Amino acid sequence: MAILLDENSKVVVQGITGREGKFHALRNRDYGTNIVAGTRPGKGGEEVESIPIFNTVQEAIESTGANVALTMVPPAFAKDAVLEAAYADCELIVCITEGIPAKDEAEMYNLIKKNTTSKLLGPNCPGLISPGKSNVGIMPHEITLPGNVGVVSRSGTLTYQAVHELTQLSIGQSTCIGIGGDPVPGMSFIDVLKEFEEDQETQVIVMIGEIGGTAEEEAAEYIKEKVTKPVVSYIAGVTAPAGKKMGHAGAIVSGNKGTAKAKMSALEEANVVVVSNPTKIGQAVKELM
Amino acid sequence: MDLFEYQGKSLYGNYDIAHPNSFLASNIEDLEKDFNLDYPVVVKAQVQVGGRGKAGGIKLASTHEELHLHSNEILGMDIKGHKVEKILIEEASEIKEEYYLSFTLDRSEKKYLMMLSAKGGMDIEAVAAENPDDLTMVHINPAETLTDEVIKKAIHNSNLNIVYENELLKIIQSLFKLFVDGDCDLVEVNPLAITSSGVMALDSKVSLDMSAKYRHEEFDEIEKDIPIPPSEKSAKEKGLNFIKLDGSVGIIGNGAGLVMSTLDVVAEYGGSAANFLDIGGGAKAETVSAALDVLETDKSVTSVFINIFGGITRCDLVAQGIVEATKGKDLKWPIVIRLDGTNAIEGLEILRANPNEKIFITDTMNQAAELAVKGIN
Repeated sequence: MAILLDENSKVVVQGITGREGKFHALRNRDYGTNIVAGTRPGKGGEEVESIPIFNTVQEAIESTGANVALTMVPPAFAKDAVLEAAYADCELIVCITEGIPAKDEAEMYNLIKKNTTSKLLGPNCPGLISPGKSNVGIMPHEITLPGNVGVVSRSGTLTYQAVHELTQLSIGQSTCIGIGGDPVPGMSFIDVLKEFEEDQETQVIVMIGEIGGTAEEEAAEYIKEKVTKPVVSYIAGVTAPAGKKMGHAGAIVSGNKGTAKAKMSALEEANVVVVSNPTKIGQAVKELM
Repeated sequence: MDLFEYQGKSLYGNYDIAHPNSFLASNIEDLEKDFNLDYPVVVKAQVQVGGRGKAGGIKLASTHEELHLHSNEILGMDIKGHKVEKILIEEASEIKEEYYLSFTLDRSEKKYLMMLSAKGGMDIEAVAAENPDDLTMVHINPAETLTDEVIKKAIHNSNLNIVYENELLKIIQSLFKLFVDGDCDLVEVNPLAITSSGVMALDSKVSLDMSAKYRHEEFDEIEKDIPIPPSEKSAKEKGLNFIKLDGSVGIIGNGAGLVMSTLDVVAEYGGSAANFLDIGGGAKAETVSAALDVLETDKSVTSVFINIFGGITRCDLVAQGIVEATKGKDLKWPIVIRLDGTNAIEGLEILRANPNEKIFITDTMNQAAELAVKGIN
């Protein structure tokens, strides 16, 4: 089963002619991902390593039946690229691009929500992998193993660390997802937890958060009410220096939330097993399986 | 990036937001150059810390002599560890009413948030906590516009003085335009005042979204005027995210989450980090050698822990950077390296082919942390 992505997913890569776009598109294809098309305005009709290039996502979908877009374009063009994929009815859009202005993120998130049924993962995320089936994004697939643990994280490299710990103990994963740490991420912890809860293959969920924002606290509320599967969590930044906050608006909105301690206790209250170090995730999951 | 009051107000100028006539000075001599404000004036310390008024950083001057006296006192003053390098002198106006207004992004709602209150000029956090009804909160969908009707309703709900409705409407729309078009993370005005010279933004707390720098030429100029520690400055010029900390283990990692986590693991082994240094995603060899150069300048570092989990970052390029930066060098401190992920095998081969007696390769994050904390014997 896995969530959001499986062996039937067909992927169009936006920005496939760029250095990073090409490197990771080919890496994903080598893993077995159906990379069926790429887009680059003005380069329609050309090919990258036998992957056909189209001028628009719409044309790529019409010719190849692509249903997932992998967006790897520079920040200045990311909003338009993501919206283009959404308006072309891509089911899932995975936006890797880092450094998109918050206003662009807020605008594209709300436009997608208002006008389309597309799901947006990211921006500034590593993408997702359903081990043994498909990898869309920049996650190193070598460290994954097919299995029954769902992994969701705000941090890219910490996702890899957590997956690595699981694989070292021969514990496989159903799907590993990085939702990204930007101010306005598309899918939230809650969206992904919901998918894992409904997925028959997923038995245990690993959720990795970090300081700042209130996403972990909101996820804890959701877990308490709606998630029946066991959850293991790690929050990065216990020893990180508190960032200085300017003005009062932020404090009024988030109150005392946002610190590692506040997040950890909210999760513990929701019966989540909270570990103090990412290398302890594997063992904690093992005890729950 | 948080701005000084005077910088926020220079942005007000670009968006036609009414604010007092002002004069910026870095030293007393400046006061002799083109100073043309009408007295009385207010002398305001430019520091990025709250409570400057109580600390004596804001003074009223009615004459040239008083202006000199107060300017002398305030320039160079230490306010909660912040040295006053600049003062903003503004024409004082008679304040009739003080309101509070802010625009920010509500991350959990994924919408913009406008907050408006008739109780400005005071601690707004206390107002929000004790009398939440006195703070009007309005979410604005970023896919839509902020209409005059919505603002008028907020003005009414907040019990602001209706006589000034049109002026308030205009300044609130302009501040929202600054927030959105100006790519600000925060625009906070406290007080937004009704004065003898009309409705004015008397203070400014503005924070810029530096991701939008590519479309704002003015961000560069503003950034140049914000002092940062020399070590952080050189790191920034090299595209590194560096924050100086108090400990002795130099940390280099890729991705903010992994670096934060590295700090946590080092603490678990009884050590403490000398810094937070994130080389970001997709780092090249030169980024890694630049990171080592930055640590080289920090005298408190006694060992270095390089923690890389490759994704978009390729471990072979990181290894190349380490080799380039250390080859043939007598290193000041031992470097403990942990590489995993994309091209880790190639990376480790590069390191093993270029051995250095002070470079140690470990298999796990825990081993590396232990070694970096307890020393290499």
